Amino acid sequence: MLVIENLNKTFNPGTPIENHVLHGVGLTLAKGDYVTLIGGNGAGKSTLLSSVAGTFLPDTGKISIDGVDVTHLSEHKRAVYLGRVFQDPMMGSAANMSIEENLALAYRRGQKRGLRWFITEKERILYREKLSILELGLENRLADKVGLLSGGQRQALTLIMATLKEPKVLLLDEHTAALDPKTAPKVLEIGSRIIDKYGLTTMMVTHNMKDAIRQGNRLIMMSSGRIVLDISGAEKSALTVKDLIAKFSLVSGEEFSGDQALLG
Amino acid sequence: MLILQGALSLGLLWSLMTIGVFLTYRILEMPDLSVEGTIILGASMAASMIAADGDPMIATLAAAGVGCLGGLVTGILHTKFKIPPILAGILTMIGSYSVVIRILGTSNVSLLRIRTIFSPLVDIGLTNRNAVIAFGGAVVLGIGILLFWFFSTELGSAIRATGNNRQMVKAQGVNTDGMIILCLMISNGLVGLSGALIAQDQGFASVDMGAGTIVIGLASVIIAEVLFRVRSFWGRLISLVAGAIIYRLIIALVLEMGMAPTDLRLFQAITVAVALTLPIIRERLGKLTKRIGKGA
Repeated sequence: MLVIENLNKTFNPGTPIENHVLHGVGLTLAKGDYVTLIGGNGAGKSTLLSSVAGTFLPDTGKISIDGVDVTHLSEHKRAVYLGRVFQDPMMGSAANMSIEENLALAYRRGQKRGLRWFITEKERILYREKLSILELGLENRLADKVGLLSGGQRQALTLIMATLKEPKVLLLDEHTAALDPKTAPKVLEIGSRIIDKYGLTTMMVTHNMKDAIRQGNRLIMMSSGRIVLDISGAEKSALTVKDLIAKFSLVSGEEFSGDQALLG
Repeated sequence: MLILQGALSLGLLWSLMTIGVFLTYRILEMPDLSVEGTIILGASMAASMIAADGDPMIATLAAAGVGCLGGLVTGILHTKFKIPPILAGILTMIGSYSVVIRILGTSNVSLLRIRTIFSPLVDIGLTNRNAVIAFGGAVVLGIGILLFWFFSTELGSAIRATGNNRQMVKAQGVNTDGMIILCLMISNGLVGLSGALIAQDQGFASVDMGAGTIVIGLASVIIAEVLFRVRSFWGRLISLVAGAIIYRLIIALVLEMGMAPTDLRLFQAITVAVALTLPIIRERLGKLTKRIGKGA
């Protein structure tokens, strides 16, 4: 479903702050793969996700989604194939617009936006049904401004928006990292439920090793812009946080740092 | 009564400009200075066409078209060439001065004793003032309905969302550059239309009549927001028209009270600066009273 070949990216080339963040990364996701992406700070995991989203052009390499070469497609054009949830809960929805307006915006992803009326009564039924999956009561608050919602509610709404039009690939960029410890697992669980329901091909960046082990069918670890670990199936299910830390030290030759990763 | 009538007629014509400023400043959240140029582009286009025996209706539409072009230039400078919005607007504004003199042939054109778009209403017995009020009111109503409809469509909603959260809208597959350009074109088209009507009302178009337009626009937008505090799009449109009229009333009153017309711009600038500072002053005051309350 998603094929990444020999991806290289250097930020600020030729300057003192030159940073080679992706070193010939190659990765193939089968349809329905749910990959958790883990690694230390600056390992390149978020950059890898952004390159799929099209936030920047890679220096070399190719990205294709379901057989379509999207390497040179602008961010809004390749959005047709992608559902995205960001780390910042404020980033995934428009605060000044209502819940239903945000959903209507997402419902037309990949369609030409013309002079038709924005929200129809038929759509409202669909939105209510989709929102009720969240069990947050948002289905009764369609006309409320999104700015009134909490971070967790907004992130849950963004999950619905990202999957309202079934995406070819779902990109989750540390989407629970900015939430409080009580809300984070709920949003994570909601995401997994939606992913399972539609069998979505998913890439999830996370700092939390437990989440990385528990979620999905495949785990990838990155270090210094390279994929250093790629395990799936039974091997992944048997994994513990301790194993993962040991593997990390082994492949990267450094101690895994980051309290969040250890405590999580 | 005379002051009221004058403020009503002027306010209605200027309210189209106010709505244009609102579309960029509030919907797109991008203050656009091109309005200083597009208002005179519109005025000069209409005036020179009418002076050359052109049909006032066509001349007025052409003025709106020229305004749109001005917005297109600013939009391209900002989105395609990544020039910051304020600077992009200034470039369009400065360039417009030369274009206006080209259009007018001189630095001003008179429309005295020439039939304008208001003349048919005078023919059926209205006074000049009332003709402007009737025609201006009808245009504002028509534009209001059009805008309300447009911003309720898929396209209009995509523009609203672009102003609110560009990153998210891009992720939903919207060409945000296109939305920004489109909104700037609509906004400056309205400003051009406003300029054309103002020129026909005052009986001339000159290259310096646009100076301070952005401040007048912002002042009217802020008056509307402070006085009416409405949330719905419809309500906001009506409040903008009221804001533009009230602004004209305030100006007429301070002039009546003896302020020198040359001091007017300083007065306008100070008014807008104070109005823009109000939220911060309110916040500070709120904190202060809370602290005092706790101390007591």
